[in-house]
Amino acid sequence: MLAIYILLIIMIIGAIIAIEVEDLLSSVVTVGAVGLGLSLVCLVLKAPDVAITQFVVEIIALIILMRATVSKDVHGSTIGRRLLGSMVVVGFIAVFLLVAMKSIEELPAFGEPTMRISGEYLASGMSKTGAANMVSAILLDFRAYDTLGEATVLFTAVIGVLAVVRRIGRKEKHGIPGREDE
Amino acid sequence: MALYLLCLVLFSVGVYGILARRNMIKIIIGVIVVEYAVNLFFILVAYKKDGRSPIFSPDADIPVQSMVDPLPQALVLTAIVIGLATTALMVAIAMRIYEKYGTFDIAEIRELRG
Amino acid sequence: MSKEREKGMSLIVKTITRLTVGLILLYGVYIVLHGHVSPGGGFAGGVIIALSFVHLMLAFGKEVAFRKLAEPVVSFFESLGATLFLSIALLGFWGGSFLLNFLPKGESFKLFSAGIIPLCNVAICLKVGAGLFAAFVALVLLKLDVEKE
Repeated sequence: MLAIYILLIIMIIGAIIAIEVEDLLSSVVTVGAVGLGLSLVCLVLKAPDVAITQFVVEIIALIILMRATVSKDVHGSTIGRRLLGSMVVVGFIAVFLLVAMKSIEELPAFGEPTMRISGEYLASGMSKTGAANMVSAILLDFRAYDTLGEATVLFTAVIGVLAVVRRIGRKEKHGIPGREDE
Repeated sequence: MALYLLCLVLFSVGVYGILARRNMIKIIIGVIVVEYAVNLFFILVAYKKDGRSPIFSPDADIPVQSMVDPLPQALVLTAIVIGLATTALMVAIAMRIYEKYGTFDIAEIRELRG
Repeated sequence: MSKEREKGMSLIVKTITRLTVGLILLYGVYIVLHGHVSPGGGFAGGVIIALSFVHLMLAFGKEVAFRKLAEPVVSFFESLGATLFLSIALLGFWGGSFLLNFLPKGESFKLFSAGIIPLCNVAICLKVGAGLFAAFVALVLLKLDVEKE
């Protein structure tokens, strides 16, 4: 329990540093630290599949973010933060946290989940599916529609990246007339 | 209960990053922190005191009563990979905007119309 | 990335990469195939396999990486993964409903058990790995042409 508190406080401090610091490369590296902390918390909370996936996804997200920030001139965040705008945002966040503190009391206590559906999944999972890893059995047998939807979303996102990056109408290079794409 | 509150504090740090910063990369970092906070909230809800991970083993006979909740873990597994796809798409759009306007600042881009 | 002087990175990075790239690929394949017995599954294994190719490209430059895995092959694998998943789901109609687990479920804890779950894991791994590698290639390479002008 103490480990979870310490890791959560490290994550919050890392997130604050990532958003406040001026240099872009430093903030990207600090986001990596936040993700690593999340992976460790998942390991302490007995969720090994989530920890493995979060760790490797963090690495790819860091590589993609660094590609965007390293090769540009790092002139950092601009000056002249509007003070009134920041104060209004902080006010809204304070109201949100006050309301959230009231509604957290309605959740079940930490450490006693109401496992209404999961009880049946766990009790009959191994005999109905034959798998030993219950999370895989839920993902690919009991709730396979969600995996189908996720595959579709991933496909669409990759098509979107390829469509955004493709050059539309190349510039003229050494006098050779450009070729127009659509 | 304090753990849920800390998780919501992380969420609000990310929301502050989206709303109150002018650099596009900081906005993307804010969205990433919000996604981490939501995934963390799911995993916190699914924990059982002195529980074990939901994987059966051939050697020991683990009673079903002592396993943590596997359903939110399955949902979070999907959400993590979708978050990566969203990040890649946002970075691609940010790089195209930098190529066209020469800056990451959203206030300057609003002035340079056309 | 020192793309101006010579392709790829320094000699130390290249030597270490030659030793570890095969092991990373093998580890990813292990996590995918044992998805129903130990933690992991299709998503984590697919991302690890994509990471091994990314590692190869970062250390040696893009020509060597494309010799191992050309661009049309990557898009073919991604479509193959999606089509495989859908056809396994549609084959469930033969048993009675969409996405039915129709293959025989052997004894637990063995590699060939749990019906369609290992096949679905392999399909998801192909799709996620090829898709993420294609997105990475698009973001890294097609922008290099922009900056060289």
